[in-house]
Amino acid sequence: MLWGTCLMSSAVARFNFAWPHEDTSRAPFRVYTDPDIYALEQERIFQGPVWNFLALTCEIPNPGDYKTTFAGDAPIIVARAQDGSINALVNRCAHKGALVCYKPKGNVREFNCVYHNWTYDLAGNLTGIAFKKGVGGKGGLDADFQQGEHGLQRLRVEVYNGLIFGTFSDRTPSFRDYIGAELASNIDRVFIKPLKVIGYHCQVLPNNWKLYAENNKDSYHASLLHVFHNTFGVVRPNMGGGVKISDDGWHHLSYTQRESLGDEVVAKEKVRSLQEQYKLNDVTMMEHKPELGDQITNAIQTVFPSLVVQQILNALAVRQIQPKGVDRTELVWTILGFEDDDASMQELRLKVNNLVGPAGLISMEDGCVGGWVQRAAKADPDAMTIMPMGGKSIEASRGSRVTEAAVRGFWKGWRECMGV
Amino acid sequence: MTTTESDFALRIRVEDLYSEYAHTIDDDRLEEWPGLFTDTAIYRVTTRENYDNGLPLAMVYCDGRGMMADRISALRTANIFEPHVYCHMLSAVRVLAREGGIIRARSNFSVLRTMQEGETMLFAVGRTFDKIVEDGGRLRFAERLAVLDSRRVDTLLVIPV
Repeated sequence: MLWGTCLMSSAVARFNFAWPHEDTSRAPFRVYTDPDIYALEQERIFQGPVWNFLALTCEIPNPGDYKTTFAGDAPIIVARAQDGSINALVNRCAHKGALVCYKPKGNVREFNCVYHNWTYDLAGNLTGIAFKKGVGGKGGLDADFQQGEHGLQRLRVEVYNGLIFGTFSDRTPSFRDYIGAELASNIDRVFIKPLKVIGYHCQVLPNNWKLYAENNKDSYHASLLHVFHNTFGVVRPNMGGGVKISDDGWHHLSYTQRESLGDEVVAKEKVRSLQEQYKLNDVTMMEHKPELGDQITNAIQTVFPSLVVQQILNALAVRQIQPKGVDRTELVWTILGFEDDDASMQELRLKVNNLVGPAGLISMEDGCVGGWVQRAAKADPDAMTIMPMGGKSIEASRGSRVTEAAVRGFWKGWRECMGV
Repeated sequence: MTTTESDFALRIRVEDLYSEYAHTIDDDRLEEWPGLFTDTAIYRVTTRENYDNGLPLAMVYCDGRGMMADRISALRTANIFEPHVYCHMLSAVRVLAREGGIIRARSNFSVLRTMQEGETMLFAVGRTFDKIVEDGGRLRFAERLAVLDSRRVDTLLVIPV
């Protein structure tokens, strides 16, 4: 596509950047502030060999259902066709480039671009052109216009346990191979039953998208920045856990679990206060009803570059990172339950969700801390952030979350995609 | 509803409650905020996106005054954020109905947020849907649902709207 080629060439032409350190335990602040790097990320990461999380199958259950989203800057339509298959299409009319769908969701038989009434089927094929033959024998298209070549740009789609992913690249391996069997097993573990959406949040982060991507991989910060747990004594006994990192470093899982406690004991367990002067009046939002067949209380998983899969007690969610320019990011939280939740389970989920989201008692700090890095970074793009905890490698330290190995793994993936 | 003197007097009392609510937050007297609710009141903040689609999620969901007090003590002692203040602008207050001691009312609001460094921005615009009751010789909220028009929250929401 000519437009894409021009954009790529200009970004590459301006791109004069070499990674300034021997490994990924350092990163220059420029990566958060340089518009040329941002432009190249669109092509080499989001339109490169990655799986972009797009939507959930339960959001588009019926033929003709669609929702709009983004893969990096690219506007995307995710649609279910008449045969039940799922298509991911770039939301840009082949004619003048207008958004074909300007509503966030709906149900249609075909897509109509309202600008000049070009129509596409649910797979993105161009099926109709207004005044194709002109009016009264005058105007219209030349006879050699190839209608079949002007469909909506299609992404390759894979559905994994109800999560819909799209990729622009032929090189992207199957999703399971992409994240590896060990990390795929956590998605299998969390999404064990048909899902339902119980709501959405959208949080505007005043920082580069990578600061949030790193934040999720940074298990070191959790107990230091988010002090709600420590303050109110909701640290429970017998907590174990660890960090798992894919062999290539791109993806990770950080989890905590109770050790050797039966369901009944857990249900009756009382949260204990470390500091007696601070007590909560109501601890129902910290109650946990084990439902995934294990004692894991907290599992944060990242799929490079833009997905976070979250289980915090009974708060299940996927978080999608949408970059919106070099210093702005939208974080879209899709909050989930299971289709077979009864009223009391739903009520528990709604309460536990006080912990997360833009007003989350243990998550809100992530909304502002990236902005503080962003503001400090721009004065000195060649200075470097250091990530030394747990050494220089991308291997998880067994049994410890005091490590930045997964963050170093993120930068390894970033460098491999970017070719730097 | 027909306007009688008592309806008018009630509306003034409801408007006073709304204003007291705004001033309590805007003056940073947040410890007094739960006292504007009954002991078993429900306070929720959600978005029009969730509300219009019948999705039950709230970004803040306090079931009872205890959870409201917990929100405030978390804000004071645990949560980390850049200091800021709100200024509430209230309008379009209406008493919709009185049913069995419950007054149903609604209002529109906008919240201007001023950060410590000086930037003022429009942080939230929306509607409240409220149930108000006589409680201990005054009006208190038995339920307050704040529905933000925007699906986006800038940075974070820590002070109740």
